[in-house]
Amino acid sequence: MSKFAKKKSGELPAVSTASLPDIVFMLLFFFMTVTVMKNNDVKVKNELPQANEIKKLEKKDRVITIFVGAPNDEFASVFGKEATIQLNDKFSNPDDVGDFILQERAKKDEELQNVLTTSLKVDKNANMGLISDIKQELRKVNALKVNYTTYEGDAFNNIKN
Amino acid sequence: MARRAGAPEVNAGSMADIAFLLLIFFLVTTTIETDAGLDRMLPPIEPPEDDVVIKQKNIFQVNINKNGQLLADGELIELKDLRGKAMAFLENNGDGSCTYCGAGKKDASSSDNPTKAIISLKNDRETKYGTYITVQNELVGAYNDLRNRESERLYKRSYTDMEAEYSKQETEASVKEKLKEKLTRIKEMIPQKLSEAETTSSSSN
Repeated sequence: MSKFAKKKSGELPAVSTASLPDIVFMLLFFFMTVTVMKNNDVKVKNELPQANEIKKLEKKDRVITIFVGAPNDEFASVFGKEATIQLNDKFSNPDDVGDFILQERAKKDEELQNVLTTSLKVDKNANMGLISDIKQELRKVNALKVNYTTYEGDAFNNIKN
Repeated sequence: MARRAGAPEVNAGSMADIAFLLLIFFLVTTTIETDAGLDRMLPPIEPPEDDVVIKQKNIFQVNINKNGQLLADGELIELKDLRGKAMAFLENNGDGSCTYCGAGKKDASSSDNPTKAIISLKNDRETKYGTYITVQNELVGAYNDLRNRESERLYKRSYTDMEAEYSKQETEASVKEKLKEKLTRIKEMIPQKLSEAETTSSSSN
């Protein structure tokens, strides 16, 4: 009995934090490796539709992204509420799509220029008219590989509301 | 007394703080997302030189109007029935040359065989993009279902599974070579002929 009493009176040993840096470094390396830096702000409402027969877009360096959607609230006063196209950081017309693709294509390595995919990130409430215009422009510059980027999910959720 | 003369130890107590700082930076800037979506090929802008005559019965016409209603081969149908309809059309096997079309009805007024069957998708300018994607998804799904079935029968593995492995960067070249062979065979059996006609506007023309 006296043994226990003695121990209780003694101070608690400090928890060793020596391995803390190791743990933190481990996490750090994990996030460093999976990080993809965002290089452009999306200025349009961009709620993608859902689909389940999808393919992953591997190889990020082979993708050119076009955003379509209604401008965000802070731009709505200038650009209106109709769906517009965002190329890089600018709001654009369908006519600019061709030039944009050619520019982006020229920036890539030569061996990649023929295998580029155009990722269309289109808000699900956009009208198909605009998309057809974009598709027509893409055909003009021979950028035929497109990917309608979607979330994974049940495709029938798109038509519920 | 225990220590001999040597370099004094560097105090590593602040290492954790520094690491935390970096960690938080990367946590904030990280977006863990791989984009995924429906892959499609647009038709080239120049029309093909030799006009191919396609029989009307080999075309499965899908029309979406501005209210999201669906007209498939002249019938007004629900979206959820589209996949079944498209599959029935693809493996109809009208001329009997397709040996692997199990459930083919051999209807003379529908497609001859899967290699000749074409699905044509047409939409209005005011169709919602969400609806369009749902229809695309169902049509691609119809092709995938058929391909999966054949692939399962021939190679005991689903087509989509093999395709996913093929497009992965980590897959070795030798494995890819084998996969490509199998994928090409399935693609030849059931080619994806999904054409997107230009849109119509409901007001004019």
